[in-house]
Amino acid sequence: MKLLNIIKEIDLEIIAGLDSENQDNEVKGVYICDLLSLVISKAQPQDIWITIQTHVNIIAVSTLVDMTAIIVAENMEIDEETIAKANEVKIPIFRSKLSAYELASRLSRLGI
Amino acid sequence: MTNKSNAINLEFNVMKDDFSRAGEASSKIKKILTQLGIVSSVTRRVAIATYEAEMNIAIHSLGGKIEVTINPNEIIIIAVDNGPGIEDVKLAMQEGYSTATNKIRELGFGAGMGLPNMKKCSDEFDIVSKKGKGTKVFMRISLDSKPV
Ligand SMILES: Nc1ncnc2c1ncn2[C@@H]1O[C@H](COP(=O)(O)OP(=O)(O)OP(=O)(O)O)[C@@H](O)[C@H]1O
Ligand SMILES: [Mg+2]
Repeated sequence: MKLLNIIKEIDLEIIAGLDSENQDNEVKGVYICDLLSLVISKAQPQDIWITIQTHVNIIAVSTLVDMTAIIVAENMEIDEETIAKANEVKIPIFRSKLSAYELASRLSRLGI
Repeated sequence: MTNKSNAINLEFNVMKDDFSRAGEASSKIKKILTQLGIVSSVTRRVAIATYEAEMNIAIHSLGGKIEVTINPNEIIIIAVDNGPGIEDVKLAMQEGYSTATNKIRELGFGAGMGLPNMKKCSDEFDIVSKKGKGTKVFMRISLDSKPV
């Protein structure tokens, strides 16, 4: 499913990094974890990553393994540095008040 | 970047505690491999291995560097730092072993999976460390290695 369609279906706050090009990127799976060494070895290309980590390092982790986007769950506050870096490298970051479980359930209902 | 007899050599300094730049070296390395048209399964291995090496230097060492040599049939990664070295390398290699502080763990580090990840991504892996001196990690990733 295209990222843009997910944004339309799930109420996500757009934080940074989204543009007219990457909004058409495919999301093929979901990965949920907050331990970066697990994320980098287990997340797959085109996954959407649900996390409560908001430090700038999440940008490197997501782009190194070609994830499509990051959703920060539980309305966690996101570092300014992270937002700037996401805009620079064009990795979309969203935020939601929902928990990781609720987000995953909704993504699952969309067929992901 | 130097290019001698079909090999490309890259070198990146990694500073201690520099979290705002952490991930920059591995991101640059990945970008170059992608531009060179290296197959994505190999690029993934190199990206994971160099990321973990970079983070370990930034978090656990006094600073160091990552050298990458791209040969026609393999990629060699050498991560060296200026200390403090690892007391018990066998223990450090165990999944889940970490000396990361609580502050570092809150940022998502300290799963104790970095060194195991590096080993898993390499076709050949070697780590030498001397207390008081420093740590050197050698990784060879063959260009025809399987996806991880
Ligand atoms: N370059 C280094 N210098 C000194 N100690 C190191 C170095 N690299 C690793 N270590 C030691 O080995 C331990 C295990 O390293 P490893 O990368 O597997 O896990 P971690 O860095 O603690 O957590 P993670 O990588 O999962 O975020 C570290 O906690 C640290 O004590
Ligand atoms: Mg580590």
